[in-house]
Amino acid sequence: MVLTQVHQPEEGSSTSVGSVFSSRYVQDPLPRYEMPQKSISKDAAYQIIHDELLLDSSPRLNLASFVTTWMEPECDKLMLEAVNKNYADMDEYPVTTELQNRCVNIIARLFNAPVSEKEAAVGVGTVGSSEAIMLAGLAFKRRWQNKRKAEGKPFDKPNIVTGANVQVCWEKFARYFEVELKEVKLSEGCYVMDPVKAVEMVDENTICVAAILGSTLTGEFEDVKLLNDLLTAKNQKTGWDTPIHVDAASGGFIAPFLYPELEWDFRLPLVKSINVSGHKYGLVYAGVGWVIWRSKEDLPEELIFHINYLGADQPTFTLNFSKGSSQIIAQYYQFLRLGFEGYKNVMKNCMESARILREGLVRTGRFDIISKEKGVPLVAFSFKDMSHNSAMKLATLLRRYGWIVPAYTMPVNLEHMTVLRVVVREDFGRPLAEKFLSHVAMALDELDSSSKAPLVPALKYTIEVVSCTDDANQPFMVRVLPQEAEPVKKTVPLLTGKTKGVC
Amino acid sequence: MVLSKTASESDVSIHSTFASRYVRASLPRFRMPENSIPKEAAYQIINDELMLDGNPRLNLASFVTTWMEPECDKLMMAAVNKNYVDMDEYPVTTELQNRCVNMIAHLFNAPLGESETAVGVGTVGSSEAIMLAGLAFKRKWQNKRKEQGLPYDKPNIVTGANVQVCWEKFARYFEVELKEVKLSEGYYVMDPEKAVQMVDENTICVAAILGSTLNGEFEDVKLLNDLLTKKNAETGWDTPIHVDAASGGFIAPFLYPELEWDFRLPLVKSINVSGHKYGLVYAGIGWCIWRTKEDLPEELIFHINYLGADQPTFTLNFSKGSSQVIAQYYQLIRLGFEGYKNIMENCQENAMVLKEGLEKTGRFNIVSKDNGVPLVAFSLKDNSRHDEFEVSEFLRRFGWILPAYTMPPDAQNITVLRVVIREDFSRTLAERLVLDIQKVLHELDVMPSKKDIDIQKTKSVAAAWKRFVEDKKKTNGIC
Repeated sequence: MVLTQVHQPEEGSSTSVGSVFSSRYVQDPLPRYEMPQKSISKDAAYQIIHDELLLDSSPRLNLASFVTTWMEPECDKLMLEAVNKNYADMDEYPVTTELQNRCVNIIARLFNAPVSEKEAAVGVGTVGSSEAIMLAGLAFKRRWQNKRKAEGKPFDKPNIVTGANVQVCWEKFARYFEVELKEVKLSEGCYVMDPVKAVEMVDENTICVAAILGSTLTGEFEDVKLLNDLLTAKNQKTGWDTPIHVDAASGGFIAPFLYPELEWDFRLPLVKSINVSGHKYGLVYAGVGWVIWRSKEDLPEELIFHINYLGADQPTFTLNFSKGSSQIIAQYYQFLRLGFEGYKNVMKNCMESARILREGLVRTGRFDIISKEKGVPLVAFSFKDMSHNSAMKLATLLRRYGWIVPAYTMPVNLEHMTVLRVVVREDFGRPLAEKFLSHVAMALDELDSSSKAPLVPALKYTIEVVSCTDDANQPFMVRVLPQEAEPVKKTVPLLTGKTKGVC
Repeated sequence: MVLSKTASESDVSIHSTFASRYVRASLPRFRMPENSIPKEAAYQIINDELMLDGNPRLNLASFVTTWMEPECDKLMMAAVNKNYVDMDEYPVTTELQNRCVNMIAHLFNAPLGESETAVGVGTVGSSEAIMLAGLAFKRKWQNKRKEQGLPYDKPNIVTGANVQVCWEKFARYFEVELKEVKLSEGYYVMDPEKAVQMVDENTICVAAILGSTLNGEFEDVKLLNDLLTKKNAETGWDTPIHVDAASGGFIAPFLYPELEWDFRLPLVKSINVSGHKYGLVYAGIGWCIWRTKEDLPEELIFHINYLGADQPTFTLNFSKGSSQVIAQYYQLIRLGFEGYKNIMENCQENAMVLKEGLEKTGRFNIVSKDNGVPLVAFSLKDNSRHDEFEVSEFLRRFGWILPAYTMPPDAQNITVLRVVIREDFSRTLAERLVLDIQKVLHELDVMPSKKDIDIQKTKSVAAAWKRFVEDKKKTNGIC
């Protein structure tokens, strides 16, 4: 006879066979301030974090951002495969480094940099336009300092001339690198930098004039050609040789495809460096930007670091060191996959969607369109009755449908204007545009009906605490005095000052 | 009768990638191609080129994490289209970053109240973290000097010559003088006494490294703190300390908890650590923690006005991906204290296995210490015939990437090879590496030295010339 033994299940085995939601992990409080003592299973960790993140907004409905929110699955595959490659290890990953160099060359030629077919352009991949702008600004600052030292003149008060519509990273650059920011104020109807005023503000301490191709606020292209001509004339008179930098963070991947005849890049002699965000209309996920210099001379040698690794010399000029390689590879993928015609088609589609949006909004009869038709595909609009509250309320109402539309006040001189801005990205096609318009119509209805309702009165009570000295057991007496109800007016504070900006 | 048509040659969509014309075309190197190509072709072309990159997991040069669990990969891919800076749109992601900052601040014993939030920020790496910390020191010092009516145009920073290159970058880009304490033979980190001697009224801070890049040693931050406290009491300059714990920050708390190097020392005002080194996250994340709000000047903080909400930020980069922040939080809650401790202990064990294997060959001096970052730095006992660079080159053939480099001044005559033990460098790999090193040594032993070759060449040329001159009479003959 065979004896069969009954196998006793181990006490702790249930943790590995139980599903996450049946385990204790989803009942334990989440660590917020201190690292937990014990490990937990990877499935539980994944599930907990995944579930919390469900409450983040959907990236594709985030109409506030220029940054790419969709890429092809093939590209996702490449990015995941490259996620463990440290971009800074140039010697270990020579092909990845080569891909970066190719991207730099492609973008340089897209911007008509004066390089021959076989000559390499000077440029670098960065984490975004912020880093790119800081590097470009540093190069200008150092060049100007060296020039002033050679002339025996003071070099302690550098300044930079831009429009008040600059993105916040220019203010960061100015503050962190101790450069004065001279802003050309905007005016009603003119929401970009006026070249005439800008050139007037240039003095001997100006390290460069920064023009924006694709203003953050309204998507407009600044007139770089006019700036170039005026500045050339001034340089001739003064001999200061002030250069131009073009912040083409959004516009750099639009102008070459939609407006090739527009002269804004290295075709203009005073333009010495250009930055562009790969993660905006370069159609790559967040985390890659590019800066290109006209020539080697525009990048002072002393800023370049030569890393000695395995005996090979590798010149680098970046603020960040270690970072992932995924976005660089994704950028090259896009160049290779789409090519010139692909990018052109995508941009044309974006402009179409923007047109549908614009016309739909105009049809409601409630909005003024602030953005121009020529520029970055976005629609910036404000209420005709200039009501600050309505814009914020509309943004809140649209949130309920899932859309994120930012409402912000314009900079100095125009703080009475509140603007709503919808950015049209690659993945915002006509169906989404029409859906958005229908939601706007519904939100407007709600807005109108709620403004007709009377304000909810709030009751104010005054609570008096009176001390009764005669009774030891009841030392204090509380008296409640109701007061007149008065309607509550809520005002939204306007934020001002150079530390605050729209992105 | 049915007419059958053969498949058209031009129906590109049915061709497999390697049958199509796309793998015949030359790749765009300088100019964007005119036409689009199918996504499969684009994927395949790039994937194939990248096969020639080194294998990240055999890259023994790097501290940066090269392996994470698949669950984490899933979370990272799901977050790849979230722009980290959109705080209002992605409040949970922002919350996760804040939790990481708090956890790391507590790990470093920041003096926080029960539910007080720590002052810190997530960055792209220790380079950005160090620049932010340095900027804070510089601005604090400038403000102090302005108040005192003293000149503030020549700030300097005191560090060891063994600092990572990002300190030199900070110094050069932000116009701060770098005063380096020179190393000496046998002493490869910053000497606290010499450092404190170099401190003057223009010093914005003294930077100590926990986990020197070159040999993984921890600098003696406690001694530095004590000496600097004394000097501050004498001079009244109030010079602070910054600890660059890029690698050591996620090792010391788990392996050496009694070692006082962090906010337990009163002069330490900020600490940076790389999440992508022993924080066990892929490249692209670092952390900078300040002791208190007072150590971070308000004027450096930017308040972004977004949808009416005010969001304070202090970073150099703006838009970037959220994946690594989420991955860091995953690791912190997945592993917890015991998980990190176990991993670091394993790394330490494997480092010992490697060290003992190398010592047994009898050919190497071990330059790294046992206490410190788990790495093994070693140099040849006798490098007269073949040097460490050749060993490194030969090991490449087996797939290993092992860097060789010379020490900074004043120890430039020492060359070392350095193996970094990461989480995914198991004992089997360590033993295999020792075997391969032995093979390489064996090969080099029988190869003539480069110097020998030169002498031999000269000798043989001289001998041939001598013969020619002596045999001049034989000019007409068969050639």
